[in-house]
Formats: sequence, C-alpha cells, structure tokens
Amino acid sequence: MGSLLAFVGSPSAAELLAWSPPGWGATLVAGLWNSILIALGAYALGLAIGIGGAFGKVYGGPVLRDLLEAYTTLVRAVPELVLILILYFALTDAVNKIIALWDYGPIQLSGVAAGIGVLGVVQGAYSTEVIRGAILSVPHGQIEAARAMGMPPVRLARRITLPLMMAAAVPGLANLWLIVTKDTALLAVVGFVELTKATSLAAATTKAFFTFYAAAGVLYLILSLGSTVIFHRIERWARRGQRPLSGGGR
Amino acid sequence: MGAAGPAALVGGRPVIAFLRPTHRRAMLTIALAALAASALLLDWSWLPRYLPLIAQGVWTTLWLTVVTMSLGMVLAIGLGFAQAAGPAWLAWPARVYCTIIRGTPLLLQLWLLYFGLGAFFPQFPELRQSFLWPILREAWPYAVLALTLSAAGYEGEVMRGAFRGVPHGQIEAARAMGMPRFTLFRRIWLPQALHRALPTIAGETVLQMKSTPLVATITVLDTYSVARRVTQDTFIVYEPLVLLAIVYIIIAGLIVLFFRKLEARLPARMA
Repeated sequence: MGSLLAFVGSPSAAELLAWSPPGWGATLVAGLWNSILIALGAYALGLAIGIGGAFGKVYGGPVLRDLLEAYTTLVRAVPELVLILILYFALTDAVNKIIALWDYGPIQLSGVAAGIGVLGVVQGAYSTEVIRGAILSVPHGQIEAARAMGMPPVRLARRITLPLMMAAAVPGLANLWLIVTKDTALLAVVGFVELTKATSLAAATTKAFFTFYAAAGVLYLILSLGSTVIFHRIERWARRGQRPLSGGGR
Repeated sequence: MGAAGPAALVGGRPVIAFLRPTHRRAMLTIALAALAASALLLDWSWLPRYLPLIAQGVWTTLWLTVVTMSLGMVLAIGLGFAQAAGPAWLAWPARVYCTIIRGTPLLLQLWLLYFGLGAFFPQFPELRQSFLWPILREAWPYAVLALTLSAAGYEGEVMRGAFRGVPHGQIEAARAMGMPRFTLFRRIWLPQALHRALPTIAGETVLQMKSTPLVATITVLDTYSVARRVTQDTFIVYEPLVLLAIVYIIIAGLIVLFFRKLEARLPARMA
C-alpha cells in the first residue's frame, strides 16, 4: 500500500506539473494549444468541404454525386490512423512534386499544416453527411419560394438554405467537433507534438505515467466539456424563432 | 425507391440497376483500370513473403473487434440501465464514467493503461512471481482492457437512450401482469432496447473496428502494425497502406452486412 501511495499520489505531482522548466506544465499547455489549433483548422476545412460536398450531393449531376458518395464511403470505412498515414505521405509528396515544378528543393511540410490538411479531409466526409441531412430537412417550399423570386443559387444558399439548416446541423456538427479534438491525438503517432505526444514525452522522461496521462485527460475533458457548453449556446441561437417542441429536446 | 424498384422486379439483381446509367459503367471501367494499373505498376513483390503475417494481423484485428465489442456491450447494458432507470447513486457514477471515456482520446486511455499499469505492476514482487505475470507482461491484455472500457463508455450512452426509448406501456403492462423485476428486464426491457439500438450499434461496431489499429502503438501485432513493419523492412510506403485500406474496407463491409442480416432476422413488429 505504501508503494501504491508513493506511486499514484506521488508527492512531486505538483512539482512535475509546475509551469516553469523543472515542471512540465508549460509543455503540456503548449501541446494543448497545438491540438486546439489543428482541431480548429481541420474543423474549418472539414466544414468547407462538407458544405461543398453536401450541395454537390443534393444538387450535383450524377457523376459528381457518385464521386462524392465514393469519397464519403471510403473515408468513413478506413481507420483514421491509416488515412492519416496515407494522406500524410501523399500530401507531402504532392506538395513537393508541385514545388519541384518551380525548381525548389523538397520541403518538409509543417506538422500543423499537414495535420490540418489530413484531419480536414477526414472531417469533410463526415460533415458532408451531416450537412446533407440538414439541407434535406429544409422545407421545400422555402427554397421554391426563393427560386420563384428569382434568387440566384449562391444567394439562395447564403440567405435561405444555410440559415434554415443550421438548427438541424448543429448537433451533428457539435459531435464532429468533439471527434476532431480527440482525433488530433492520432497525430502523435506520426510524431507531431500535440497534447498526447507532449504528455508521453513528459511521462517517459519522468516515469510519472499516471500523473501526466491523468493531467492530459483532465485537459481534454475540460476542452470537450467547455465545447459542449458553447455548442449548447450555438444550438439555442440556431433554433431561435423556432416553435419549441413539446417534450422534445434534452 | 425509383432506382431500387425495377431491380427488385428483375429478381434481386441490384447490380444491373446500379450499372444502368452510362456514367456508372464508365466510372466502374476507370476504377477497374486503376485497380489493374496498381496491381501491375505498383510493387507487390513483398506480398507473398508477408502473407502469413498479414493473415495473423487480420485475425488479431477481427478478434479484438469482436471480443472488446462484446465485453463492452455487457458493461454498457449495466451502464445504460443505471443511467436510464437506476437510483441516483448508480446513475451518477455511470454518467461520470461515460463522460470521461467519451471526453478523452482513446490513444491517451490506451497509453495510460499500458505505460501506467505497466510501470505500476512490476513494483510488487508477489505479482511478478504469480502465474498472472506472463499475461501481464504481454501487451494484448492492456489493448483488450482499453478497447473494452472505451466501447463500454460509448455504448453505455447508446443503451441509455435505448432503455429510455422503450414505451412506458410495455413496462407497465408487464408490471400489471405481476412479472418479477428481473424477468421484466430480461423479457421486455432489454430485448426492446437492444432492438432499438441495433442500427446504432452496427455503426459503433465499425467505429470500434476502426480504432483497433491504435493497439499497434503498444506493440500488439494487428493488421496495421504488419503493414508498418513491411514499410520498415522494405522501404515500400504506399503499397502496404493501399492493402491496409482495402482490408479495413472489406472488414467494415462485412460488419455492415452481418448487422443487416441480423436486423432482417429479428421480428420488425414493435409497439
């Protein structure tokens, strides 16, 4: 029991997690900041792909629709870790080939850029499906009315479809945000120093595994619980003006 | 419905209906050409040598998915029921557990268990001499434990909704018949909840399968780690990854097919 106490409730936990160099607090928070940056970038890229993909799936021609179907099906059937490796190598290769056209030497893609690109493509497949479902939930009369008024397609999307689908899309998109924050941990496997990798470095150096992994877990939890609160607000905002469903919701 | 209708009339040959539009035939031709090109142009010379290892890896992926999902479901039924109908002192811990598991990355949980417990256990000499030690020294028990706990957390949330979704009338009717509580749970509540949750669980099983490659980071030899080993041995990068993607797509397809069959076999009549 003594060794258990010495191990788990290690008296030096506060020292280990201290902010300045003998402690690893700053390293962990820097890792968390990297994770959040990548998650934000990948989420934004995924949203852009998702909106484009969803409109393509709903309104596109047969060829475009089948291509998008192949994209979403394949990406959702292959493990994220495998996709990250494939896209990481392919993306770096492609960037270098393009750069070679202008006689530059090969570059090493920065970890943040590669992470955003890779996770963004993965997120794009999931948000395509979420947004497609939301677009289909927009009452048809609204879109027909806008068309009848002679609204051009882009303005129709901006003024009618996107605002009206928000309420239906927000819960799914909130889920995707929680997924992408956790998926950033996968970049640790390709060696990028985000929160999980920073934690494993700290833990391996100090041998205080429980302390550091638990601390990182708390940071992730704070991130996801905080995000849940924010998304709750966003959902309430997106549902403004809607009649409250009796007994529905949470 | 429009596209599926004629195919059903032809006699269950949806492939023909799928290929009726010209563009689909063109796309299929392109896809087949790409497949043929990759078979001919890419370097597959390593494949025969690694085939036994790949088979072993695929087997590990399969059993890890099945075992951890089954164990996780057993825990999830308890976690879900505690949250849906249990007393507060059971519902609260269950909710906290699900929140923690769903709020942190699986990779972190896996590393916490493997490195944390792996450094913790050797401190006890009694444990090192016990019959358990050969098992505790391996990596797979930690993989099974982490994946099971994770599945329990996610599926517990699914089951909570499913237990809540069973109509009140069903349970009241059973109570009115004087059914004992455990029989009510076994005969009425659980089967209807499982039936409701089945489509979600099908998707969750694919997700569980997709998280198994993480165990490669703690030295378990699954499909993913075999592919990585090929790359390390031969410096071939893309081909093992392509093979990996194909293997996982096939497994995902099999899981979806299995659950579709299962759903078709269950009676669809529900109150």
